[in-house]
Amino acid sequence: MTPLEKVQEKFGKDIVETHAFRGDETAVIRPASLLAVAKFLKDTPELDFNYLMDLTAVDYLFFAGGRIQKEFRFEVVCHFYSIKHNHRLRLKVQVDDREAPDGRKHPEVDSLTSLWASADWYEREVWDMYGIRFKGHPNLKRILMYEEFVGHALRKDYPFDKRQPLIGPQN
Amino acid sequence: MSLNSPTGFFSTKITDALNWARKFSIFQYPFVTACCGMEYMSTAASHYDVDRFGAGFPRFSPRQSDVLFVVGTINHKMAPVLKSVYDQMCEPKWVVAFGVCTCTGGFYDNYSTVQGIDTIIPVDIYIPGCPPRPENVLDGLMKLQDKIQKGEQSRTLYDPNAKTGRPAELQKYTITQHIKNIES
Repeated sequence: MTPLEKVQEKFGKDIVETHAFRGDETAVIRPASLLAVAKFLKDTPELDFNYLMDLTAVDYLFFAGGRIQKEFRFEVVCHFYSIKHNHRLRLKVQVDDREAPDGRKHPEVDSLTSLWASADWYEREVWDMYGIRFKGHPNLKRILMYEEFVGHALRKDYPFDKRQPLIGPQN
Repeated sequence: MSLNSPTGFFSTKITDALNWARKFSIFQYPFVTACCGMEYMSTAASHYDVDRFGAGFPRFSPRQSDVLFVVGTINHKMAPVLKSVYDQMCEPKWVVAFGVCTCTGGFYDNYSTVQGIDTIIPVDIYIPGCPPRPENVLDGLMKLQDKIQKGEQSRTLYDPNAKTGRPAELQKYTITQHIKNIES
């Protein structure tokens, strides 16, 4: 039984779609179940995903030149690896950009810092570049750009020729 | 000025003598931020040997150096640091832009990169290349020596609108302009 099949068995209703190519397995899940799935991946002895290899995001605004419209805008992508079992799993979390009922302006998902300490800087980078907030993160502030920077540079609606220099000529 | 003068002494202007001394005792401050640093190191090491030009003694304090070598991409977060390093140097001082990123921003035409350090500090010598060959660097160093001998220093910043303060070959060709050219 592969890790993906184990996750499907346990969280069938939370999984939007799955994908596997030559042993690289992906599960696309709903944001509400992220923490539960992640905890299951880490704490189940047969899975034992003790290493969060990468955590990043994708902005699907204007995806494929605007020809493909998705009902969500962002996807947070997590790559897990088990050093003990030498197997991998990729989780994709769909994150909506629409304003939430409580009036918050930024999309938000649960933070993985409580399970993997390495999630700390990954999540700060995703916040810095995409403006996705992580609920439960201990220190969610910009990691690469300076604090004076306005906006999030890797969002597809950030103008590619916009400059925000600290000193020097403005454009 | 001739050292083989039959009378055993020669006469010159004091500034010429000073500048001659200055150009063969360049104390450089290497502000190395990126991959150009490797090429800088190979220029400085024994194979190409900048010590032949009297520039073999890098100082890691701006207060003790007279040529600022800016080697590698400068981003907007780093820009105030570069400016304060430049401001700490004593006069007379010169600046060398090493590599195309420091000259114009290079291919990093994006949100994070300074589009040429001459928008922040005046630049005397531009050495483009990605990275420039050591021969190219030595050529730039000799041009700098000529400039020091003449007692010249750059004082102007790059003005994109007036197109001053930067050689014509390095006037910025932006992505925006490129897209406009494709569309028209």
